[in-house]
Amino acid sequence: MKKATKLTAAALAATLSLSLAACGSSASTGTASTSASADGVVYRTLDEIKADGTINIGVFSDKNPFGYVDENGEYQGYDIYFANRLAEDLGVKVNYVSTEAANRIEYLQTGKVDVILANFTVTPERAEEVDFALPYMNVALGVVSPDSNVITSLDSWNADDQMIVISGTTAETYLTQNYPDIPLQKYDSYATAKSAMENGGVAWANDNTEVIAFASQNHGYTVGIPSLGSQDTIAPAVSKGNETLLNAINDEIKALGKENFFHADYEATLVDTYGTDYEDSLVVEGGETSAQ
Amino acid sequence: MPDLGLNVLLKGKNMARLLGGLWVALRISLLSVAISIPLGILLGVLMSGKNPVVKAILRVYLEIIRIMPQMVLLFLVFFGTTRAWGWDLSGETASVVVFVLWGTAEMSDLVRGALISIPKHQYESSEALGLTKAQTYWYIIIPQTVRRLIPLSINLITRMIKTTSLVLMIGVVEVLKVAQQIIEANRMASPNAAFGIYLVVFLLYFLTCWPISLLASYLEKKWR
Repeated sequence: MKKATKLTAAALAATLSLSLAACGSSASTGTASTSASADGVVYRTLDEIKADGTINIGVFSDKNPFGYVDENGEYQGYDIYFANRLAEDLGVKVNYVSTEAANRIEYLQTGKVDVILANFTVTPERAEEVDFALPYMNVALGVVSPDSNVITSLDSWNADDQMIVISGTTAETYLTQNYPDIPLQKYDSYATAKSAMENGGVAWANDNTEVIAFASQNHGYTVGIPSLGSQDTIAPAVSKGNETLLNAINDEIKALGKENFFHADYEATLVDTYGTDYEDSLVVEGGETSAQ
Repeated sequence: MPDLGLNVLLKGKNMARLLGGLWVALRISLLSVAISIPLGILLGVLMSGKNPVVKAILRVYLEIIRIMPQMVLLFLVFFGTTRAWGWDLSGETASVVVFVLWGTAEMSDLVRGALISIPKHQYESSEALGLTKAQTYWYIIIPQTVRRLIPLSINLITRMIKTTSLVLMIGVVEVLKVAQQIIEANRMASPNAAFGIYLVVFLLYFLTCWPISLLASYLEKKWR
């Protein structure tokens, strides 16, 4: 009897590790399988979306002022302002899907949303999994810490302290690659990471817009490192290979540049948080970054 | 009394949204409980039976569900089924599927445990008294099993209600997600709201699970 149990356990462990390995590989090679398995089965083309009359857009629902839900249950924010306009110009209704930082790519790879407009930073790794449209905002990383112990450099990190990050964000990737010795304290959502910071966190690494906003709204915190790593951009993303939708979004961003749409967006949604000082450095108009 | 930021709940439809979120959580968990308890009892009886093939299959099923974190199961059912077979399950359907799989597995093991904990002499004594097999089960075994099962299954039910807080990861906006949305939307106006709103969420979970606990202790007393 005992032997049988052991055998079953061993067989089970083997099956499980196999199935887990299978999951792992399918996640990392998602692009290969989508392009190989189906021509357009995963995603909906522009015509299909128009025929359906509703576009599914994945946004943050707890990331004020980029994507959040107001007291009447309506989505609001910088990303939403653009999403509403995009849908209006495509002539469709919007169905907002609440996403988390860690599942944005998965949503696109399974076609469960058509577009992700969730403060999505463009990185080479992500560009292999999804297709990014033209950017509409600049971003770098920043680190915020309490006034009592402002961290201005990551080189002399105390190994007992943990850096707060949100899983699946660029901050997590950057720190893992460049500062592998810094212990990370990972949270799944923005709100939980923020609570952790407020409850005695040592430092929090995130997009610099986020940490600037956090420090300006919470007394006792300073952005010791305002710009870390490379300057990145934020852009809408669609499923890999969805060219019709990608082109439509790119055309839209170019057209909107002529009316300075994203400056208006900034003034409607972000000015309360960042003030006018950051307007020209944060906003990307018509998909053209000034840096290049 | 410190400012808990509770006034945030009075803004707009916030309280209604929070209760709406609770209803989403309850809808998922109670539907799953309603399906998985009878299924679990059935599988539990089969597990304590004699067929080795059936027992082995159920054992594998139970172990897989027990080893996998619910979060992994949610991702597998929500995204995995789309990847593998192109099914487009809604977040809520995927949640119910995962909770039923999980609830059934755990319930079946609870039933199996309760059944094998009935001492052999109970069967032998009732046979000696001349009861038939059906009578033995109806009058002797099942009443004792049910009594042993009550506290265990109440634990499972309340755990299922509370674990719905994970379904926000697959896009289902339940009570905890609504709470986070409210806190975040008001982070400038009421920075203290987090504490007050999480307190309200705690109370909502408590008010939901407490009657179930009360029912359990009532039943335990009544059937002593």
